[in-house]
Amino acid sequence: MPGCIVVRFLASFPIRQSQRHSSLVASTEITIRNVTFKNPVLTASGTFGYGLECESFVDVAELGAVVTKSISRKPRDGNPPQRICETTGGMLNSIGLANVGVDVFLSSKLPLLRERNATVVVNIAASSVEEYCYVLERCEEHEGIAGYEINVSCPNVKDGGLNFGTHCPSVAQITRELRGRTSKMLAMKLTPNVTSIAEFARACEGEGADAVSCVNTFVGMAVDIHTRRPKIATITGGYSGPAIKPMALAKVYEVRKAVNIPIIGIGGIMNAADAIEFLVVGATLVQVGTALFVDPAAGTAIARGIETYLSEHGMASVRELIGSLDTSMQPSLIAAGWG
Amino acid sequence: MFQETVSILHSAQVAENVYTLEFVSERIAHATLPGQFLNLKPDDSFDPLLRRAYSVHRIREDRIEVIFNVVGKGSRILAAKEPGDPLDVMGPLGVPFHYEGEYGTAILVSGGVGIAPMPILGDRLLALGKSVVNIHGARTAGMIANDGRLTNPIFATDDGSLGFHGNVVGALDAWLHDHGASNVRLFACGPNRMLGALGEYCNARGLPLEVSLECQMACGIGICQGCPVEMATGNRKYTLVCTHGPNYDINDIVLDSIPSVH
Ligand SMILES: Cc1cc2nc3c(=O)[nH]c(=O)nc-3n(C[C@H](O)[C@H](O)[C@H](O)COP(=O)(O)OP(=O)(O)OC[C@H]3O[C@@H](n4cnc5c(N)ncnc54)[C@H](O)[C@@H]3O)c2cc1C
Ligand SMILES: Cc1cc2nc3c(=O)[nH]c(=O)nc-3n(C[C@H](O)[C@H](O)[C@H](O)COP(=O)(O)O)c2cc1C
Ligand code: FES
Repeated sequence: MPGCIVVRFLASFPIRQSQRHSSLVASTEITIRNVTFKNPVLTASGTFGYGLECESFVDVAELGAVVTKSISRKPRDGNPPQRICETTGGMLNSIGLANVGVDVFLSSKLPLLRERNATVVVNIAASSVEEYCYVLERCEEHEGIAGYEINVSCPNVKDGGLNFGTHCPSVAQITRELRGRTSKMLAMKLTPNVTSIAEFARACEGEGADAVSCVNTFVGMAVDIHTRRPKIATITGGYSGPAIKPMALAKVYEVRKAVNIPIIGIGGIMNAADAIEFLVVGATLVQVGTALFVDPAAGTAIARGIETYLSEHGMASVRELIGSLDTSMQPSLIAAGWG
Repeated sequence: MFQETVSILHSAQVAENVYTLEFVSERIAHATLPGQFLNLKPDDSFDPLLRRAYSVHRIREDRIEVIFNVVGKGSRILAAKEPGDPLDVMGPLGVPFHYEGEYGTAILVSGGVGIAPMPILGDRLLALGKSVVNIHGARTAGMIANDGRLTNPIFATDDGSLGFHGNVVGALDAWLHDHGASNVRLFACGPNRMLGALGEYCNARGLPLEVSLECQMACGIGICQGCPVEMATGNRKYTLVCTHGPNYDINDIVLDSIPSVH
């Protein structure tokens, strides 16, 4: 996989009785471009604030990385309430990219993240190519940012990128413009709300993106049958949580077959087993989102769970897991559909 | 702010559709101030997925009590908990009531399960040397846990089956008529309609009123931006109920901006 090497790392974890290879120490490090993630588990944008809110529950230095809330040029108030509602096994949100803006982020959030030794990936949202470039260039002036994730896929604001995100030439253009402005890791975060996510991933790869993040939320809706009103103010919103995992996995699988750059797998990861599914299908890193609302320490717990799995399965490195999906026993994959 | 799995000590139904759960957590009990809330995980399944917010009702030594209505699947699971069952608790969360200051009498007004934060607040106020009166309203007597959990209670029922026949604003008006309105401060929790009516009443008379709000939350700790309420003052458009609230001066927020949950 180009641009993607593994550095061996002696992870310390309790050796369990059940281990098949008790002397084995698994490596969980992953390097993409010039960023080394100490483990493959990141927090998903918009589900962990600025990484500073949960200090009493989690040491951010133990995460693969903190991906920030989407940062825009100006502060954004966000959408009116109701912004969230729970659905069966998931939730809808229409936050509307509420964030402090790039200036406040750089002056008052980033220094604190650095003090806490977090690996910081800044997620950027914008409503024009110029705005994406502006925010990234402002960030480039500062130390302590490992890389960028570009949100071209927020379903919740008219100008939040989804109009870009569903238009392949725009995604390609944004990737090209940003690639020309940074030598740091550049990951493009894709929407699943398109017919062929593979096409978008290929465009990103073609323009020099280091990775693609798959996926942002699915468009969803819920209605209160007593009032017959939509349950969130924007009528439709972003659907996340365990219910979307099978759909997200299928998107990762589709992208895996289409590109060679690393995939950051996202969608409904609640525990280590879920994360491992994404790795097996071909994700190099994973992000944990909605699960953090229930358990803010889910990210570090999942990272430890992956380590345990590796040692229990006698694997020397998480790399052995990535893309290890075994389809050899499947009947003809090109059979007449699966319906 | 802590997260721990506690064991249920006591569970009971105390009035019509009103349940209590009691559990022990030394750390949370000692850290909690009146008006703060806990985020409870009904069970370890993904349905219900999110935690549920409950005000701390009472604290006696290390024992913490919550009181609640059954309204949906989360609260139904909580109501079925039995002594010894585990419960995943996060808290204390939110900013406490702003109860410090120079005033003589605190009037605690609650409607329905809005009774929740009043006992812990009343206990604290008594310890600070304030006089405390509770005005608690419900639709009928059967919905009121009339068992001594409120200090100096005055009850109001819509059907007149207990206490004052009418709503809490009427009961408050009668009390102020008898006792005067100088040197008082009001704290309230209940349905938004009640808080709105109370706000109008207090504003017309220049009485200070702090209200405890409810709104849907995903995280309860400020990481999702899911719980905004519009500000009437200051230069920010929204405040997050979970981290800046849930307790606000009635004139700082736009009550109507909170959508009704049911
Ligand atoms: C700060 C705060 C303190 C609260 N304290 C109490 C209390 O002490 N006693 C009590 O009975 N209730 C209290 N509530 C309301 C309580 O959180 C809801 O009744 C409960 O979440 C309902 O969950 P459910 O699964 O039974 O209902 P469902 O209707 O199945 O819940 C669906 C979703 O809506 C949310 N929801 C439903 N009703 C409310 C509501 N009224 N407020 C907020 N979210 C809601 C749920 O959390 C869940 O995410 C409080 C709410 C807040 C925000
Ligand atoms: C409340 C909420 C806010 C979100 N905000 C953002 C955001 O600002 N930028 C972004 O790129 N993705 C955002 N997302 C999408 C998540 O990062 C993630 O892609 C999605 O929730 C799927 O993962 P999950 O099922 O693990 O939550 C948000 C998701 C939620 C639930
Ligand atoms: S409930 Fe998540 S920010 Fe308030």
